[in-house]
Amino acid sequence: MSEKENQRKPGMSRRKFLTYTIASTGGFLASGVLFPMIRFAVDPLLQKGADTKFVDVGPVEEFGKEPKSVEFRIKRKDGWYKPEEGEKATAWVQREGNEILALSPICKHLGCTVKWEGGGHQEQFYCPCHGGLYTKDGINVPGTPPNAPLDMYDYKVENGRLLLGAIKQRGGA
Amino acid sequence: MLKAAYEWLDKRIDITPMWRDIADHEVPEHVNPAHHFSAFIYCFGGLTFFIVVIQILSGMFLTMYYVPDIENAWKSVDYLQNEIAFGHIVRGMHHWGASVSIVMLFLHTMRVFFTGSYKNPREFNWVVGMLLFFTMLGLGFTGYLLPWDNKAYFATQVGIQIAASVPVVGDAIATFLQGGEIVGAQTLARFFALHVFFLPAALLGLMGAHFFLIRKQGISGPL
Repeated sequence: MSEKENQRKPGMSRRKFLTYTIASTGGFLASGVLFPMIRFAVDPLLQKGADTKFVDVGPVEEFGKEPKSVEFRIKRKDGWYKPEEGEKATAWVQREGNEILALSPICKHLGCTVKWEGGGHQEQFYCPCHGGLYTKDGINVPGTPPNAPLDMYDYKVENGRLLLGAIKQRGGA
Repeated sequence: MLKAAYEWLDKRIDITPMWRDIADHEVPEHVNPAHHFSAFIYCFGGLTFFIVVIQILSGMFLTMYYVPDIENAWKSVDYLQNEIAFGHIVRGMHHWGASVSIVMLFLHTMRVFFTGSYKNPREFNWVVGMLLFFTMLGLGFTGYLLPWDNKAYFATQVGIQIAASVPVVGDAIATFLQGGEIVGAQTLARFFALHVFFLPAALLGLMGAHFFLIRKQGISGPL
């Protein structure tokens, strides 16, 4: 198109109009096809986590000052997979009088499993993956990889039995 | 911004001629429905391709949840259809698209046949088209088993019995398809492999050849 023609017919050229029309029609059709698929794929991002119920892990007297590991089962639905007996979980439980501390064994560095006095580390929780250390209270030892204290389980005591619930995070040390 | 990115890329790898070659390729008058409405019969090949694109996309997304194992296949399909957002839509696209693609493929074949487009010099493209046809039937057959419900199981049972009736090699074909002595875990695993890897790879290769040949030889002339 020459300069002259442009001056004679102001506004959008036919070519541009057709380009926009075809592009927007194509875009509309493509989004109609792609939207359901993408929403389908990202569904796990938008699903709410299940509520955690309290689980009985044994009589309170069983636990003392020394952290003791207790294994229990929590019911959780993993997609179409719902194990009848539940999913295995572990807590390190210690008690001083009525004060109970139930620590999650999941390292705050990169999610491996910590062990009380593991690897010969006296009076500490030790993570074998990258050498993370925590004090008896689950506070991360500065200079080791973890940057936050171990998570705690919610707990309650009913009829002399200890029940563990949801996992709670604590602030960084 | 988009234009600048395009120009940056174009300056380096010269992409304009690639899409220009397709965009500026003229459609002959006798196959353009804008000129003669009856020319819509020439759209079926393109529609088949469009459905195949939808099948590939929806199939890719379905494998994010589907598991090819006799214990979990049906459960995973049930889960993705009823508990994942738009699951019934995405599975529906793949389910209905499977039938629609066969219908479009059939109409396209009919058009080619009745316009005599398969004749010299396009015989080889007819052969490629027939291979595409059987590849698509194979995709339909293998995909049918994957939900692992009653219909899937018995359809496969029947299909394999039919294959077994082939003289001399029938039993070998049946055993190869079953991957064992019964329609079971191994059948499901290999039908999944055929359905998502082998047959789509063959389909893409054949489609490439089909499209290359049609561009090379041009669309057949008017009746």
